[in-house]
Amino acid sequence: MPKLTMVQAINLGLRQEMASDPDVVVLGEDVGVDGGVFRVTEGLLDQFGADRVIDTPLAEAGIVGTSIGMALYGLKPVCEIQFLGFCYQAFHQLKSHASRFRSRSRGRYSCSMVLRAPYGGGIRAVEEHSESTEGFFIHTPGLKVVVPSTPRLARSLLVSAIRDPDPVIFLEPTRAYRSPREEVPEDVETFPLGMARIVQEGDDLTLVTWGAMLHTCLQAVEQAQEEHGFHIEVIDLLTLSPADMATVIASVQKTGRAVVVHEAPRTLGFGAEIVARINEEALLSLEAPIRRVTGYDVPVPLYARESAYLPNEARILQAIEETIHF
Amino acid sequence: MPRKVLESFNVSYLQVLDADGHLDRDLEPNLSPEALRLLYRSMALARQLDLRMLSLQRQGRIGTFAPLMGQEAAQVGSAFALEPTDWMVPGFREAAAYIVRGLPLHSILLYYMGREEGNKTPDEQCDLPVNIPVASQLPHAVGIAMAAKIRHDPCAILAYLGDGATSEGDFHEACNFAGVFQLPVVFVCENNQYAISHPRSRQTRARTLAQKAIAYGFDGLQVDGNDILAVYVATRDALARAKAGKGPTLIECVTYRMGLHTTADDPGRYRMKAEEEEWQKKDPILRFREYLKGKDLWDETWQTQIDQEIDAEIRGAVEAAEADRDFDPADMFDYVFATMPPHLQAQQAELQAVLGGAKEVSHA
Repeated sequence: MPKLTMVQAINLGLRQEMASDPDVVVLGEDVGVDGGVFRVTEGLLDQFGADRVIDTPLAEAGIVGTSIGMALYGLKPVCEIQFLGFCYQAFHQLKSHASRFRSRSRGRYSCSMVLRAPYGGGIRAVEEHSESTEGFFIHTPGLKVVVPSTPRLARSLLVSAIRDPDPVIFLEPTRAYRSPREEVPEDVETFPLGMARIVQEGDDLTLVTWGAMLHTCLQAVEQAQEEHGFHIEVIDLLTLSPADMATVIASVQKTGRAVVVHEAPRTLGFGAEIVARINEEALLSLEAPIRRVTGYDVPVPLYARESAYLPNEARILQAIEETIHF
Repeated sequence: MPRKVLESFNVSYLQVLDADGHLDRDLEPNLSPEALRLLYRSMALARQLDLRMLSLQRQGRIGTFAPLMGQEAAQVGSAFALEPTDWMVPGFREAAAYIVRGLPLHSILLYYMGREEGNKTPDEQCDLPVNIPVASQLPHAVGIAMAAKIRHDPCAILAYLGDGATSEGDFHEACNFAGVFQLPVVFVCENNQYAISHPRSRQTRARTLAQKAIAYGFDGLQVDGNDILAVYVATRDALARAKAGKGPTLIECVTYRMGLHTTADDPGRYRMKAEEEEWQKKDPILRFREYLKGKDLWDETWQTQIDQEIDAEIRGAVEAAEADRDFDPADMFDYVFATMPPHLQAQQAELQAVLGGAKEVSHA
C-alpha cells in the first residue's frame, strides 16, 4: 500500500467518487488548470473535463450559492474555498440557505454538497489563513462539520461526506496536509459521519481533540506516559457536528477526568460544549474539573507569534498533569 | 494617439401596449383568447388574494407578508412564459408568479401563517420556496442553470429580484457567473421604484438597471412592467435564447409597488400621494382589461363571473388553511438532517415531554 499525504489521499477520494458517480462535480478558484493552491484537485480536470471540474470566478458567495443551486438540481457539488478565512464572504449562503433548505421546505429540497476548506495554524501563512472558526458552522443547525486528522481518515471521511444527503463543511488541517504520511488502500473506504475514533485506550484521563491538534496531543500523551506512567484515552472527534458525545461520555465515565484541546479561541469554542455535555451527563464520574487547552481569545496573530498562540505539548502536558493530580 | 471607442452600448425599452391603450401590432404576441383571458384572470386573482391577505394580516389571522399590488403584470407575464420543466426562483414578493405556476393558494396562505408546509412546493413543479434575504437566491438560480447545462437538460431558469437587489453582492456574483458560463438563466428585475423607503434613484447612479447586464457580457433590456404583453414577449424571447445556448438576459420591468413594502411598512413616510396617484393611472390590470375589451374578450358579465370564482377560491383556501391546525411542533426536528442525530433525538424527546405536560395541564 502506498503511503500518501493527506493532500494525495483527498485527491484520491475525489477522483474515486467522481469516477463512480457522474453527479459529483468539483468547483472553486484555481481548482482546474492549477489543480488547487495546495494541489488537492490536481489532475481532476484532465480526467473529468471542464464540465465537472469548474474553475470559477473569484467569488466565494457565488461558489457556495452556485453549489447550493447544483445540489437543489440533484448534482453533488464539492466546492473548494481556498481558505476557511474566506468562507465568511459566503457565510450567509451556508447559514441562510444550505443549512435550511431541507427544514424550510419540509424535505422537498435538500443540499447534498461538500464545502472543502483548508484551515488551522502552523504553516507560517499570511493573515486570515490560520484560523480555526469551526464554531460558526457547528453553531448552524443543518450543517455537518467534519475535520479529518490523518490521510486515510481524510479519504474515507471525504467519501462519506460526498455521499451524505446533507451539506458538509469539510475542514482540512493544513498542518497535517503533507505530514504524517499514511498507507491508504486503493479500495474505497468510508467512515461514518458522527462517529468519533478512540485513538488509544487508557484509564487515567480522557483527552478529546480533532484535526492537526491530534498529533500535538499524541506527543504530549506519549511524554505523559514516559514521565509519569499515565494511561490516557485519546479521542479523535472527527465529526464536530453532529458530534459523537456518547463515546466521549462513556470514556469520561471510565476515566473520571477530561482535557479538551483545540486551536479555536476558548470562549464558546467547541470545547465549551463538550465540557457542558460532560457536566450534564457524567458529573458524578468526575474526579477533577475538566480543563481546556485552546487558542486564546485574541485574533490569530501573524506567524511570528503563532506558536505562542497555538496549544503546544507543554501546555497540554501541564493540563494533563494538573487534572490527574487535582 | 487619439483615443478609440472600444465598445458602445444601447439599452432598449420594450412596450407593446401603452398606458393609453395604444398597441404595437408588430410586437403583439400571438396568444389564444383562452391564454389572454387566463393572463387577466391570474392578475385579478393575485390582486384579490393580495387584498384579502392584507385584511387577514390586519385581523391577526396571518403574519407579515410583502404585498405585490401593482406588480401583477411583471410577475404573471413573465411566469406565463415558462414551461412546466423550467425553474422559477422567487424572492419574497412573488405570489402572482406562484399562482401562474400552480402553487395552491392554500400553500401561500399557510406559509404566511408561519408554517413551513407552505414552502413545500409540489414535487412536479421546479419552483424554489420564498427567499427572504435579498438577492441571495440569484446564485441558486445560477447553480441550477449550471447543473441543467452539465446534464444537457433543455430547461431554463427564471429568477426574480427587485431594484434593491441590484445593489447586493450576490447579484453581481450571480450575473458574473451567468455571463462567464453562458448559462440558461433569465433574471427578471421587478423595479418597483422602492426598496422599503430607499428610492430607485439612490440604489444606483446608472440610468437603467437593465444596463448592468452589459458589464457582465449579456443582454439587458427595460420593459414597461405594467404592460403584460411586453413582459411576456421579453421573457418568452429571453427563455428561448437561454434554451438555444445563447446565454442569460436581464429584464428590467419598470413597475410600481402600489401598496406596502410589507404589512409592517408605512409608505406615507417616504413617498408622495401624488406619485402614488400617478401610478394608479398605469394600473396593469385596467390597461389589459381595455385590451381584452377591444378583442371582445371582456365584458361585465365575465368580470362578475370571474370575481365570484376568485372570491370562492380564496375563501375556500383561507378556510382550508385556517382549518389546517393539526400539526406537531415537535416535528421541527424531523427535517434538519436526512437522519436525525442523537442530540436532536434527545432534544425532540425533551420538547415532546414539555408539550405532553402542557396538554395535561390544559385538560385539567
